[in-house]
Amino acid sequence: MSQKFIVGISDWKICGRDDILVTYALGSCIGICLYDKITGLSGLSHIMLPDSKSIAGGSATPMKFADTAIPAMLSAMRAKGACAGITAKIAGGATMFQCNGAQFNIGERNIAAVRAVLGELRIPIIAADTGLNYGRTVTFYSENGAVEVSSTVRGKSVI
Amino acid sequence: MEIDVLTEVGNIGSGNAVTAFSAMIGRAVDIQVPAVKLLDFQTAIDFAGGAEKLVAGILVQISGDIEGMMLFLLEQDMVDLIVSTFFGQNTISLLELTPDMSSALTETGNIMSGSYVNAIAELAQMKINVGVPMMCVDMIGAIMSVPVSIIGEMSDKLLFIDSYLIIDGSEIKSKMMLLPTVNSLDTLLKKLGVTA
Repeated sequence: MSQKFIVGISDWKICGRDDILVTYALGSCIGICLYDKITGLSGLSHIMLPDSKSIAGGSATPMKFADTAIPAMLSAMRAKGACAGITAKIAGGATMFQCNGAQFNIGERNIAAVRAVLGELRIPIIAADTGLNYGRTVTFYSENGAVEVSSTVRGKSVI
Repeated sequence: MEIDVLTEVGNIGSGNAVTAFSAMIGRAVDIQVPAVKLLDFQTAIDFAGGAEKLVAGILVQISGDIEGMMLFLLEQDMVDLIVSTFFGQNTISLLELTPDMSSALTETGNIMSGSYVNAIAELAQMKINVGVPMMCVDMIGAIMSVPVSIIGEMSDKLLFIDSYLIIDGSEIKSKMMLLPTVNSLDTLLKKLGVTA
């Protein structure tokens, strides 16, 4: 019997094969789905910001940042027995409000940070649905690694 | 004590905003006592109406002596009210708003946030600037990710002063929120004589 786990904003969860991980309404945030197809171990992280080191006291909330959340989730998956050969799918990083202020391009900065962190960890990104200007809900099926991205504005797709 | 003062700030701000809104639509609008909430991000999104609910969000940056944002989450009720007032159309899907309708909604946010912020500036004798309003129609969680990420950089929680409008005796579900940064909250309380 498969279970569905909801991952909140600034949170991550891992699960075993046949379970489902969901995170709702990613805007500028990014959902990072890590998948080990050998064991079916899966992890979904919902990060808000790129870099914990750029903010005083950032390390106190590691689940909020790409640079701290992704390695922690990966370690947790490895501790449960995930093998080499983990792959990633990412979604989110939208620019919800069109504006010139640098503060508001947080979606773009999140995408760059997530790509850099996964690169450093040598995890290939095998699919991505990022950027543009709309929110996305991510449903991650550990049965086969499929990631459904649904948008109220744009409809559904599977990556 | 802080909560009482912030509630009063919300009362004065939203009272002024509602007066402007009432003049704009030519109908009587009341407010209830605002709620001051300090919530973690996920709870804040749930409180605002739920992550996946479709709304028109209008975000206005505020700067100067107080930094932060004003966020309006217009649900179908408020959108219908504004669209019927200006365009004579009774109801329209949020996904089918015309550019003119979007402008009218954005302008409503502009007028209300300006009135709200001016009232607070006067009360606390501060200079506060109101930015250009930005609008998008999407899920509440996606819209709120922007203020939450920017204001939430420094903290784990979001403080907001949430106001409820009442039109023709029924409560409007749409929300009007003031989201100050942590530092600005201290400034505001200090100016109002709450903290040393």
